[in-house]
Formats: sequence, C-alpha cells, structure tokens
Amino acid sequence: MMLTPESLAQIDREVAKYPADQKRSAVMSALRIAQVEKGWLSSDTIKFVAEYLGIAPMAAHEVATFYNMYDRAPVGKYKITVCTNLPCALSGGVDAGEYLQKKLGIHFNETTADGKFTLKEGECMGACGYAPVLLVNNHTMCNHMTPDAIDRKLAELN
Amino acid sequence: MTVYVKGVVFDGVDFDDPNSWSIDAYIQRGGYAALKKIIAEGITQDAIIAELKTSSLRGRGGAGFPTGLKWSFMPRSFPGQKYLVCNTDEGEPGTFKDLDIIVNNPHALIEGMIIGGYAMGITVGYNYIHGEVFEAYERFEAALEEARRAGFLGDNILGSEFCFQLHAHHGYGAYICGEETALLESLEGKKGQPRFKPPFPASYGLYGKPTTINNTETFASVPYIVREGGQKFLELGKPNNGGTKLFSISGHVNRPGNYEIPLGTPFADLLEMAGGMRGGKKIKAVIPGGSSAPVLPGHIMMETTMDYDAIAKAGSMLGSGAVIVMDETVCMVKALRRLSYFYYEESCGQCTPCREGTGWLYRVVDRIERGLGRPEDLDLLESVGKNIAGRTICALGDAAVMPVQGMLKHFRDEFLHHIEHKKCLVPGF
Amino acid sequence: MLEIEIDGTKLTVPNGTTVIEAARSIGTHIPHFCYHKKLSIAANCRMCLVQVEKAPKPLPACATPVNDGMKVYTHSDMAVKAQQGVMEFLLINHPLDCPICDQGGECQLQDIAVGYGGSSSRYEEEKRVVPNKDLGPLISTDMTRCIHCTRCVRFTEEVAGMQEIGMAGRGEHSEIMSFIGMTVDSEISGNVIDLCPVGALTSKPFRYTARTWELSRRKSVSPHDGLGANLVVQVKADRVMRVLPLENEAINECWIADRDRFAYEALNSEQRLTKPMVKQGGVWLETDWQTALEYVGNGLKSISRDYGADTVAVMATPHSTVEELFLLNKLSQALGAGSASVGGRYADERLAAAQQGAAWLGQPIADVAQSKAVLVVGSTLRKEQPLLAQRLRQGAKRGLKLAILNPADDELFSAIAAKLISRPDQMVEALAGVVKAAAELKQAAVPADVAAAEPCAAARGIAKVLVDATAAEGDRASVLLGNLAAHNPRAAELAVLANQLAAITGATVGWLSEAANTVGAQVLGLTSGNLLSKPRKAVLLFNNEVEFDSHDGQAALAAVKQAEMVVAFSAFKHGAVDYADVLLPITPFSETAGSFINMEGKLQTFNGVVKPLGDSRPGWKVLRVLGNLLASEGFDFDNAEAVRKAALPQGESGVAAKLSNTVNGVAVTLQAAATGLVRMGEVPIYQADALVRRAPSLQKTRDAAAPLAGLSPATAAQLGVAEGDTVKVQQGEAQGSYTATIMAGLADGVVRLAAAHPTTAQLGAMFGSIQLTRA
Repeated sequence: MMLTPESLAQIDREVAKYPADQKRSAVMSALRIAQVEKGWLSSDTIKFVAEYLGIAPMAAHEVATFYNMYDRAPVGKYKITVCTNLPCALSGGVDAGEYLQKKLGIHFNETTADGKFTLKEGECMGACGYAPVLLVNNHTMCNHMTPDAIDRKLAELN
Repeated sequence: MTVYVKGVVFDGVDFDDPNSWSIDAYIQRGGYAALKKIIAEGITQDAIIAELKTSSLRGRGGAGFPTGLKWSFMPRSFPGQKYLVCNTDEGEPGTFKDLDIIVNNPHALIEGMIIGGYAMGITVGYNYIHGEVFEAYERFEAALEEARRAGFLGDNILGSEFCFQLHAHHGYGAYICGEETALLESLEGKKGQPRFKPPFPASYGLYGKPTTINNTETFASVPYIVREGGQKFLELGKPNNGGTKLFSISGHVNRPGNYEIPLGTPFADLLEMAGGMRGGKKIKAVIPGGSSAPVLPGHIMMETTMDYDAIAKAGSMLGSGAVIVMDETVCMVKALRRLSYFYYEESCGQCTPCREGTGWLYRVVDRIERGLGRPEDLDLLESVGKNIAGRTICALGDAAVMPVQGMLKHFRDEFLHHIEHKKCLVPGF
Repeated sequence: MLEIEIDGTKLTVPNGTTVIEAARSIGTHIPHFCYHKKLSIAANCRMCLVQVEKAPKPLPACATPVNDGMKVYTHSDMAVKAQQGVMEFLLINHPLDCPICDQGGECQLQDIAVGYGGSSSRYEEEKRVVPNKDLGPLISTDMTRCIHCTRCVRFTEEVAGMQEIGMAGRGEHSEIMSFIGMTVDSEISGNVIDLCPVGALTSKPFRYTARTWELSRRKSVSPHDGLGANLVVQVKADRVMRVLPLENEAINECWIADRDRFAYEALNSEQRLTKPMVKQGGVWLETDWQTALEYVGNGLKSISRDYGADTVAVMATPHSTVEELFLLNKLSQALGAGSASVGGRYADERLAAAQQGAAWLGQPIADVAQSKAVLVVGSTLRKEQPLLAQRLRQGAKRGLKLAILNPADDELFSAIAAKLISRPDQMVEALAGVVKAAAELKQAAVPADVAAAEPCAAARGIAKVLVDATAAEGDRASVLLGNLAAHNPRAAELAVLANQLAAITGATVGWLSEAANTVGAQVLGLTSGNLLSKPRKAVLLFNNEVEFDSHDGQAALAAVKQAEMVVAFSAFKHGAVDYADVLLPITPFSETAGSFINMEGKLQTFNGVVKPLGDSRPGWKVLRVLGNLLASEGFDFDNAEAVRKAALPQGESGVAAKLSNTVNGVAVTLQAAATGLVRMGEVPIYQADALVRRAPSLQKTRDAAAPLAGLSPATAAQLGVAEGDTVKVQQGEAQGSYTATIMAGLADGVVRLAAAHPTTAQLGAMFGSIQLTRA
C-alpha cells in the first residue's frame, strides 16, 4: 500500500464531498494528503493517487504541476515560503526573504545541508495586511515576520 | 488587523474574543435569524431576490456585478442538479478581506450561502478557499460542522422541506483559480484553466450544471440584507453603490488591515483611519483595487471617494477593494517588475497572448530595472500590452497589462530615467 | 436557421453553428491552430480572432456561436491586427529550425506565418528551450516547437479515450508530455502526428527520410482490419515513405489506426521475397518465374493424377484482394479441389455451412454509433477494430449503451452499461441466458433451444439494455460478433443466438469482420472451412503463414509438413522456408491493383502505388499464368479491372445481394458448466497479418510485447501462481513456458495466452483446453 490507512481515510472523507461520479474533484485534496504523508510528490505517489481515484495518471500529474504548493522534488523537513509580492515587499517581505537566506545560508529553492529547511519565494497568500508573511510546510501561516520574529520561529522549529 | 467601522459583515464581531467565530457567538449577535425568518415566515424566493435588488449589493470579488440580478439568472425550475459556489480564492495582491471573514465570522458566509441555496432552489454548495490560508480552510470546516449539528445545514433545514449541503474545497497555489470558471475547473479536479464564455456558469457551470458563483463578502452580506431589509443596506452606502465594503489596506500605512466602511467614504478618511502614512512620508501612488487595477498618483486619490463609480472616474477600478499605498521612496520600475513577475508566474498558459506575452512584459521591465533598457522599450511594452489585452479567454491578460499601462501613464518619467541613467530615481523598493 | 454575414457575404446556417464553421461553408478560411472539427473547442491559440459587429473585442471564430443577424469581418483592421499580434506571440519562442524540421512544407505555423508574421522579430529576450519527451517508438518529439494548442491532449482524452498526453506545468513553463516514464500506447496514437500543427510531434519511422514536397501522394485502402480505412500513401523513388489518412467520414473519418499508418515499414522489409525460389535437395534455389510456375503446375498435375484432386488444399488469408481470391478460388475449383479457404482461424465447421450469405456488419459503419445500444460478443474490441471502437466511444458519450459479453473485461475507455464475463467455452450458455432474459422481458416466446438456460443477473442486465434501447419507435440496437466469437469452436451456436436475440429485441446482427476482405472472400464463395483437418498431399498457401493464421498452429504446421508439395505465394520469406517446396513472390497491396470489400459491404478499389519489388508480381497475374499453365479456361485477363468484372459482374449491387447474417440448421446445445482450464488465444493486434508482423516500429510498441499467461485472481490462487511467476503451459503434445500475469477482469478458469505469436505458435487450439502449472 502506497499510503497509510489514515491518509486513505482522509482521502475517502474528501471523496464523499462530491457526487459519486466526480471523484476526480478530490484529486487536489488527495495529492495534498499524500504530500503531507510523504513530504513530496513522486511520480509513483501521483500515479497511486490517480489510480485510487480512477483517473488517468496524466490528469493527476497535470494538477500536481499546475498548483505551486505541490512539491515535485524532495524538500527539507520545514519548507518556508516567503511572500515577496508588492504589498508584502512594501512592508518588509523582501527583507524577510533576504534575512532568511542569510540566516539559513541558502538561496531560494535550496535546502540546508542538514535537510531541515527549504526556502521558497511565494506569490500572494492573501494576507497582505499581516506582512511580512511566510508559510511553514504550506499549512501554517506566520504573520509580521520581522527579523526577531524569524529568529524566534527558526529557534522553535530547530 | 480588522477594524469594523460601520457595516454588515463584521457587525457585532468581537475581534478580541477568540471564540467570536463560533456558532454560539454568531447566534448571540443575531446570526441565523435571517434564515429562521425565511423558514418560519415562508418568505418566497422572489421576495429574497427582490430584497437583494433593492439593496443594490454588487459582487465584492472585483467585477461588481449586481448580485440580485445574478441570482435571478439561475433557472429556478431547472430539473437537474444545480450548484452554488463561493469564491474564497483570494490571491489578488493587496486583497486579504475574505481571509478575515472566514476566520472571524464564517457563519455569516454559511448563512448567506444557505439563503442563496434557498432563493435559487439549489441543494449543494461548495466554498473554494485559497490554498495558502489552509488554517482558514480548517476553521471553515469546523464552522460547517457546527452548522450541520445545529440543523442549519443538511436535510430538512429547521424542519422544513429545504435541504442544502455545503462543503469546503481548497486550492493549492494558483492565482488564476480566483477567476470563476478556472475555479470551477479546479473544483472538478483539473488544472485551473478558465473556460471560454459563453456558455456562462449560470447555464453551464460545475460539472456542466447551472451554477451561481459569488464572492465571500457578497454572501456574507446577505444575512444582513434579509434581516434588516435591502433599503437599510442601500442607505449605508450611496445610490448604485449600496452598503458598506471591506477595504484591505496594505503598504506604507501605519495600520494596515481590513476596514469595513460605507461605500463613498473619501480615501483621505480611510488613510487617516489606517493611521496615515508610515514614518510621515509623502504619499506617491495608490493601487486602489488590487494589483490588477491601474495605479493612480497619490494626489488624485486624495480627492477621490471609495466607491465603484468614483474610482472608475479617476481612471482605475475599485476591484476587490484592495488598496496598496506607496510612499515617495518607491521605485515604480521595481514595483512594476514585481507585479509583472506575478502575472508571468500566474498565467495559466492556455491562451497564446498571455502565455507568451506576460513573460515578454516581465523580461522587458526586468531589463529596464537592471539598467539594460532601451528607449524603444516603453513603446514596445505598450504595444505588447495592446496585443494581450482583450485577446484572451479570461481577464488575466488584461490584468497583466493594466499595471503596465497605469505605470507608464502616470510615471513614464521614472521609466525614462531608469533607461537613461541605468538606475532608480528613488532609493526605496 | 440563422442568418449571418461574413465579409459581406450573406448565408444561413443551422443553430449552434460556430463562426469558423459558417465561414468554412462559404470557403472563407480563418487561420487557426487549436480548432479541429473532431475535437472539443479549446479557443486557446487565439489565431482565429475575428471582428464581430457590436463586439468591443475581437472574438475567436472557433468558439463563437453564430447569432441571428451577426456580421463578421475576418479581414478587417481589427481582425488582422489581432491575428498578427497572436502570430507574433506564437513565433517569439518558436525555434528558427524550419530547415531541419520534418514538418517543413506542411506546417500550419509556417503557412500562416507567411500571411500574418512580421519579417523580423521584436523579441530580443532569451528563447525558451523545452526538453524532448519519449512518447514511444512511433511519435518523435521536438517540444521546443510546440505551440500548446493541446490538440494532441484532447485527442488522447476524447478520441482515444485515455488521457495519455497532458499539458503539465503552467504558464510559459507548460509542457506537453506523457506521464513520467510512460509512453503513448493507444492503438490509434499516430493521429496526434497529423493533428500537431507544427513539428513538435512527428512520425518517428519517417523522421528525416524525405521532405513533403518530394513525395507523390496516391490513394489506397488499408489492408488490415475489416473497416477498410482510406489511405494516402506517400511515395518517393518507388518506395513507400509514409502513410496518412484519406478522410472518409463514412468509414475512417479523418483517422487511421497505428497499423494502417506504420505497417508500411514492412513493405521495405529485408524479409521481402523478391525472386521465385524452389527447394531442391533441401536447398533453396532462386529461379525465374517460368521455371517456378512450371514446377508448380507439373507438381499439382501429378498429385491430382496420383492421389486425386481432393488431396489438394488451397488456402489464403482474407487480407488478399478480391481479384486474387477470385482467381485462387477458380484455380482451386479448376483443379477439382473444391473451394479455396480463408478460414484458417475458424474452428466451427458448422458455421460456413449454416450461413446464408456473406456475414457482414449488417449496417453501414456510420450507423453503428447511432444505435441506442450495442452488445459486443467476443471481441478484444480496441485491438481488433481500433477505429470502430473509437466510433462506439463517441456514441457512448452521446448516450449509446455499450454492453459486452466477453471472456475478459478489457478496458475500452468507454462507459460500459452492462457486462457478462464468461469463459470462451461457456459463451454460448451466457448468450443463451441473455436471449432467454430478453424474451422474458419482452414477454415473447422463449426459443426452445434456450429454454433450459439460466440467465444470471449480468445476462438480465444486458437483455434489459437491449430491450430498453429498442423500446421507442425507430430506435435501433446492434448485436455485434467479434473475432473471439468467430474463432470460437461454437461460433455457429453464437451466431444462432445472436440472431434469436436480434429477433426478440429488434436489434441488428453484425459481424466485426476480421480482415480487409473477409466479406469479399465470402461474397466470392470461398469457404471458411479448415482444409487441413484431413491429410493433404499438396497445399497452396496464399499470403497464409499457417503457424500464425490457423486456429491450431501446431496441427496446421504438422499438416503442411507431411504434405508432398507446399507452394507459398507470399510477399515475405516466412516460416514456409522450413516447410514449403516453392516460394512465389507476390506483391503486397501497395504494388498491385485490387479491391477489398469491407465490413459494411463496400467495394473499395485501389491501384498499386509503387512498382513491384524485384521480381515479385501481383498475385492476380501469377494466378493468371498458373491457371493458363494448368490449361484451364477463363484465366485470360488483361488487367485487374477485368478480373474484378468477372469476379463481381454486378459490382457493388451484386455484393449487397449476397450479404446476409442469417444462419440455418444449427442447433444450440446447452452444456453443463465447464471445468478445467480453457485457453483464450486471441490474435494480437500486431500479429494479425503478414505486414504488421514485419513492421519494426509497431513491433516495438507495448501491444507487440511477448504474450503473458493471464489468469484471474481466483484461478491464479487455485493454481498457486503469483504475478510474474514462470508457468509451464501444455496443450496436447505442445508446451511452452511463459510469465504469468494476474488479470482482474478475466473469467475464472481461463488461461489468456495470445495465439499467432512466435512464442506461442507451437501451441494448440486458440480456444482449446490447456494445462498450466507453476514452473
């Protein structure tokens, strides 16, 4: 079995939201659940999800490569995505990105040697009023990430 | 920060109370009264839609289409399944109001959607939530569970014949899914590529069935209108611009945040509410309706009121009400470069002009920013923009072009300076 | 009807017509890339933008429905500016590699760029480079050339039925690709090459071998399945370089199957037989025609004299032309050997005798998908009839209910309304159940011979689909019999039951003819009997490779090996090298004039497109000389047309009179549930005829992979066999060793092991009993 029973149960709950002949609708959730379990989406994982939902592997692959929160390559234990879009940039978003790069010793799209952190530059997260904002592992949003706040967050994750 | 000044969406919400989002708190401040009234009094579908028309509520997602009119388009006697969809895929740079609604007052949205289902004879709804605000998605799921347990959602709502199922669906990182037909494709488990219209969602929507799509804030305004009457809502704003609106203020202000105020409020007042300019600097420019709206110089904005008609008259759009304020230190070339990168990154890749053109625009602006610009580049940008705008399936092409056109219209000198001197006119971002 | 004005020309069109279709109807060409009449509308390339009166923006003609009174301008300033703008965007990232691009000269981008492109580029940024993809042995990729029209994507999803190609990524980084590590395996995949408007997807076998303007184009007809797809064969220096579809909406639409497209490689194969050869003292000697034919003539005369004419057997495959089969049959009869046979793969001797005419589809091809319901009995449908399967798929999307009665639940990429999976030796009982259930539903008399049938739930399901489909006046249904029915040892009983079912439900019975001229052979009076069931002294094999073209390859091979004289008329050196005495080089379809009668009874004629290779000669000419040599009357024909006239004096109308699916005089005898293992020995798609067997690119596809021994999960468990195990298989004396595979949809008790393959040819009957043990 490619995914744990817990993950499959979660996928089944998502499938139940849609009409019986529209299981494909659950592919975004299913890929998200698979990614949370596996850390990233390998082709095998995508194929498994596709077959689980009864859709063409290519159809799932299209989804996994269109939406940019899916990781098609391994990432560190913590993936930190910083918004550098204009509204955030006006309030320190770019600075936060630069501070993180310096602090972690990596550039965007790189992973620290210990495999702990991957840094990504993100697009608008819909939280411009709380800039600078960053996401940890896609699902946890951190607001007002000044250098001090970043230090605290990194210490907490470490 | 969320500031309720006067209005409907956050009416009675205590932002200091961590449980203010819960169903108990919502009911205490008058929540679900509108739904109960409809069921108890047997208010007709026509009456609800008429009330919406009276209110002059316009779509809060950006396009500003009259909601009552949209609801009246739904074929109520259609024999098959119909769908109601809420667009909470909020990813337009500058906009963050729907996030606050979901987090602080999710039941207003849920009640609004239930009423929508009732008014249009729809039994199934989905709320599509921006992937990046996953915690808000989880909050919404929790609120849905509360509503189901309380008998507001599900079969035979409040003992009536009316049934309505509502589910949450999340995006996972694609701005384009904020476009309603891309959102439907995404909801069907596909890439978020907008559909050619016609047919419109009202006749061919989710799974090919008639579908009505509204923005979060729009739905969240509905309970108030039903409860208090359309006339009262209208009077909160001004004619043709009824009600209050959430404005998301970001950028160089002292208190960025969401401000719920009557439509027609002067921008200067809004700026003051937001604490004025950060560091006391001079206002240079404002993007008044999200990143896709053309930029306006600060002095024009200071004389404009915040409503659909006034902003249009000033040469831009109210859009989703996202106000990005920039002070005198901002290099407009840098600002445009970042916005152009966004559209280049977010183009779905379907239509030739947008797929190829957004990259072209970005690369030219980037070249100018890096000091490699040529005098003819500004004409090239305008010409490429003209070849994108109005030539694509959805409005993302236009959205990518409008910032370029706005910047070149109002700040052409700064671009010329960059080309000539190979550096910024001003020091900041 | 709606009135529309296009560039000042007024016309009326039906509701629902798009602007591009309306324009096309008056010969106004609107440039386009993504639009294709057989695919869903994408409206993504934006090349077809036109000006529409009162519309503020130019609109895509492909997606804009005509409104009454609409005025369209395809060449106005607004339209042309929009089209030029789109063309510029298409070209900025397109490589300037036309001189080395196979699409050069037939490239829509090139053609339209001439009209709408600028003379120089304003784009001075870096151009995009896209890595190529491995789509398999048939389709070559140069993905930097791709303009993202998604025709190929839509084809795989909508026409081939399975989205094997997609557009991954987004925006400028979008890439057309197959799933990582997977090739495009559809049996009709090559059509994406035709659909691609640029040189991104091109033919791998054709790559870099010719330029389009060097090729002459000649019409022909596909010699493979019974559909008779129309072809354009492209020729350079007397060599077939490539094959493309010739559009014929009534037959192949604008598609062809991969075997229609790529089997031409065999025409230039090194295995071609180019000189007559005679075996003397165990050694093959090349000789001239005169010597070879005199040898054959003398041999046949002496065998007839010494042993009697009935010791001669004349056997062909139904891939041979009308002209060839007519003369072959005439020769056989002149020798006193009775009718020639094309029935090597048939196992039920009762069928030929019972049939009241030439078995056919029972209706025009185009009508099949108009049925409300279709029951397919015994067919690997996608592999036997790739394009007919496609038609049924389109029908199913419009609401046609597809039902199957088959030994295996193969993926058809169509919605299946009802299915009954039955082992091959119980298909008669299964179908009898459907007949009885249908009679009960219709409250009609249950035919006496099925009275004892016990319809299962699945049989009742199928009966209901057929009965419901024909409930309304004028609605049609079909019961179609495929190769697994035709080759079944109880084929005649299946035919009887199909006719009973049709009589009860009002459906039409039809046969999915196996080969290009299966119907033709029957019209001409050839038999489908097995001539090798008794020992023969002389055997004439016309295009026939007995080890692959027989129901029981092992028995057939033994039969020809014991004959005194075997003459092989063939385009290729094949297994006959071991067992024949004379090899006569006849030409394949591309080097002879001829005709085929397809499954709908349509006579399609063609001319040779290239000269006969070496000393090979058209089969009809060889038979003419041989006929004369044997001093028979009536072999003097000047040309193929004269042969055809003699064969079919009334032409196509004469054909129609001979078509019939009625069977008489066969009793259905229901049998007790079968025990033991039975073989399902289908003919693989790329082993079906002499050409596909020798087409190297087709042989590299997944469909050409060596057969595995398929078992249902329950049967595998019973036998203690797991996926990937090596198993020993035995049929009578014959045996072989194969890799087992578990097939979820296979009937229990079945060993699915394809016939007609070099690794299985030594085995016994296609649907005979079989033993299997774990090695």
